[in-house]
Amino acid sequence: MNKALTPRPQMPMGVLKTPFHERMDAENFQQSWMNWNGYASPGVLDTAEFEYFAIRNQATLFDISPMCKFRIKGPDAEAVMNRMMTRDIRKQKPGRVSYVIWCDEDGNVVDDGTLFRRSEDEFLLFCQEPQLLWIKDVAWGFDVEATEVTHDLAGFAFQGPTTAATLRDLKIRDVEEMRAFDIRDIKIAGKRVMISRTGFTGDLGYELVMAPKDALAVWDAVYAAGQRRGARIIGNEALEMARIEAGFLLPRVDFISSQTNLRVNRARTPYEIGLDWLVTFDKPHFNGKRALQRLAGVAPKRKLFAIEISRDKAAHHALVYHRKTREVGFVTSALWSATTKRNIAYAWLEAPFGQIEKDDLWVEIYLQREIEWQRRMERVQIVERPFFVHKRRTATPPLNF
Amino acid sequence: MKYDAIIVGAGHNGLTTAGFLARAGLKTLVIEKNDYVGGAAVSRELQPGWTYSNCSYVCSLLRPEIIRALELPKYGLQVIPYESGATFDSKGNYFNYSSDHDALRRELVRNNPEDADGYERYSRAVMRQCKFIKPLLMRTAPDPTSLRPRDISELLYIGKRFYDLGEREMAETVRFWTMSIAEFLDQYIKSDLVKVHLAGSGIIGTGLGPYSPGTAYVLLHHYMGEVDGSIGAWGFSRGGMGSITKAMALSFQDAGGEIRTGSGLDQFIVKNGRVVGVALENGDEFYADTVVSGMDVRRTFIEHTEEKELPEEFVKGVKRYRFRGSSGKLNVALDGMPSFPAAPKDARFLKGDLHFLDGMEELERAYDDWKEGRWSASPYVDFLIPTQIDPTMAPPDKHYATIFVQYAPYELANGTWDDANREAFAKTVIDKISRHSPDFKDLIVHKEVRSPADIEREVGLTEGNIFQGELTFDQLLFNRPVPGYAQYRSPIKGLYMCGSSSHPGGGVMGAPGANAAREVLLDLGKKIDLGAAA
Repeated sequence: MNKALTPRPQMPMGVLKTPFHERMDAENFQQSWMNWNGYASPGVLDTAEFEYFAIRNQATLFDISPMCKFRIKGPDAEAVMNRMMTRDIRKQKPGRVSYVIWCDEDGNVVDDGTLFRRSEDEFLLFCQEPQLLWIKDVAWGFDVEATEVTHDLAGFAFQGPTTAATLRDLKIRDVEEMRAFDIRDIKIAGKRVMISRTGFTGDLGYELVMAPKDALAVWDAVYAAGQRRGARIIGNEALEMARIEAGFLLPRVDFISSQTNLRVNRARTPYEIGLDWLVTFDKPHFNGKRALQRLAGVAPKRKLFAIEISRDKAAHHALVYHRKTREVGFVTSALWSATTKRNIAYAWLEAPFGQIEKDDLWVEIYLQREIEWQRRMERVQIVERPFFVHKRRTATPPLNF
Repeated sequence: MKYDAIIVGAGHNGLTTAGFLARAGLKTLVIEKNDYVGGAAVSRELQPGWTYSNCSYVCSLLRPEIIRALELPKYGLQVIPYESGATFDSKGNYFNYSSDHDALRRELVRNNPEDADGYERYSRAVMRQCKFIKPLLMRTAPDPTSLRPRDISELLYIGKRFYDLGEREMAETVRFWTMSIAEFLDQYIKSDLVKVHLAGSGIIGTGLGPYSPGTAYVLLHHYMGEVDGSIGAWGFSRGGMGSITKAMALSFQDAGGEIRTGSGLDQFIVKNGRVVGVALENGDEFYADTVVSGMDVRRTFIEHTEEKELPEEFVKGVKRYRFRGSSGKLNVALDGMPSFPAAPKDARFLKGDLHFLDGMEELERAYDDWKEGRWSASPYVDFLIPTQIDPTMAPPDKHYATIFVQYAPYELANGTWDDANREAFAKTVIDKISRHSPDFKDLIVHKEVRSPADIEREVGLTEGNIFQGELTFDQLLFNRPVPGYAQYRSPIKGLYMCGSSSHPGGGVMGAPGANAAREVLLDLGKKIDLGAAA
């Protein structure tokens, strides 16, 4: 018998626990958990409504540890990011965050994410899908090192109108000067924290990132300080409501990555998604540039629109019709927006609908009322994104509430 | 100066009407006697650092159609729901009404094992009545004596809905509209504490006791906001109730409207049976062919209109219309969060509406005092500390308590509402609360005491009635305020009513204001714009 043969552990099944798990578990009255990237992420802890209103009225903690995270470091880091992204990364100063997308050679969107410039030669990229190989492919021949740090960094979003006041209570002086998309390195409970004024809610808020071993100490300090200002933990359902209102899109919900689609016609360009403002040609070659230049002048075959729907029933999974008869598209995300008192959604519409033909559009909503199903045709109006943004999101110095 | 339309009174209904008229392109002026807008939906800083909801204090009924059409969220309105509430009894027990269905069932069982099922039956009965009446809110009530096609079709609409209920439910509906809340609850609930907790909504703001016929309907009126079908329908207005009227005023001004505060109306100017404008107390005169009064029906027609301009029957009807102020209010700035020894520390229900009662008997005795011209020796209070949820109304760790008090008479048997009586009234209320929260008294930094007489003087609500007139069956629908004049028009051509004296009545709902705007615009050959997606 070979003594060197000892059992190697089998990879665990199902979801893992993030560094914040025990704190979330203690407050998770509904015991509702979702699988986010292999980690247990709360769906709803108490009620989605009250968690949602805490985002718009108080302060909220949401665990973002499961997000995919990558470090890009080296003398050519800027050149690599500039080659990968559609924005001009040379304009992004150290200590700033930008919202980015990147495309394949056909000009289809691979993913979106937030890019943190830590220094002249170091970036952190947070996104939904694994991208290590994509980054390495782009970086081929450049003097740069790309590593996945998903499990090396814990983090939580701290969002809501009383977040700045809570950080003031914690004596975080940087809060006064931090503009939206600024990054600072601070200490909370004696632990090193990267804080950025960013978020997914359209409201005042921050994201805090730290080493997993420091995670609970930082969380506890912020949560305790936030109690006098209404801080509570929230789950995905509440965040989803805020993110739709705030005009943010979700990969795999509103569009699909061109690296994962099975059906070739499912990939989408920035022009179709409505993210053309993220594309600039006034920079050296980048992935998809030639294709995007070609696409820029042409009306897209289909487009994602923000729409408003009559009455108050959210149009989940609804089809969109022209003149109530011809099928011209479908809804991806839908919400009765409690803050704006509007029935809102994102919908894909085939050209020319939404682009030229804007009238006489309808959604077909199915409602179940005490077992019986009803079908409703409701009027659609094309509107602008976002549905909601508050001026406190960008006010500097930030307001107390 | 000549306008297309003038609105008298910058309360939530006046501003709602004004907003719709301005958006329809009318050159519109709002006049207001106070230096600030808001009427009974007002937030004022009387103690530095604290913002009170001086009159109305919770937002449950404001119609989402209005919020949307006037784009109030864009102008700062945000309604935050609150989760639960409780009634404490004098023996150290409490009943916690929770929005969590499972927690509520467990709590009902704790108080009486049969009440969990009884509550489900009660809740279904109330919701059925709500479903019947709610569609009528945003519609003009039909005139049953009229042969106009619109009235006939509206009557048929109501008749059909009624008929569709079926024989048993039709009988239930008629009973419900006319019976007392106490008897209604007796059919379903066993526990005295649970019963009296639920009964509160049946007597708030009304000169009736829990055993008086008609109080079941008052409860229904308060439930209508909760059945919006959407979340966010029941709670606090962030920054106080004044945020509602502030947003309405901004929305109105953005649509080109003009607001003049600081001088009230002296007289409507009437020529040849039609209104031509308004004369203010400061001597200013403004002219318009359309004038809409947000004041209650008595102030509009008895105090500010020459009687000779009005038909006798109408004047009689207005004089007969009952107000009967029955409630007072305390607004209190607190140095910290008061404790409630009967509740677990940090109990979540402390964030909601709190009451202190043993049973229906105590409530009825409280009503008896009112009939005798005294404030209740042991009053019903609707006590909330909104600063546990709303971070904008007090400095951190400090709190604001809004205390609605039922009953307080408009006319006191022992004299007038002078400072001594106001202070004694406040003492009665504070003493009662202190029995359940011993440190409450010592935490008081400042208090505002409002008797029905104060509410009448400051806000302009006759006899301090918070609904601009009792919500009893004889004063509802096509009888509100006066039979034949329920469609927002008055006997004087061009003069309209948009206040809560008209259908569907009070509560910060805005429905009378929106309905009045629709009628005004209809007469001008225009259409109300409830938003393209409405």
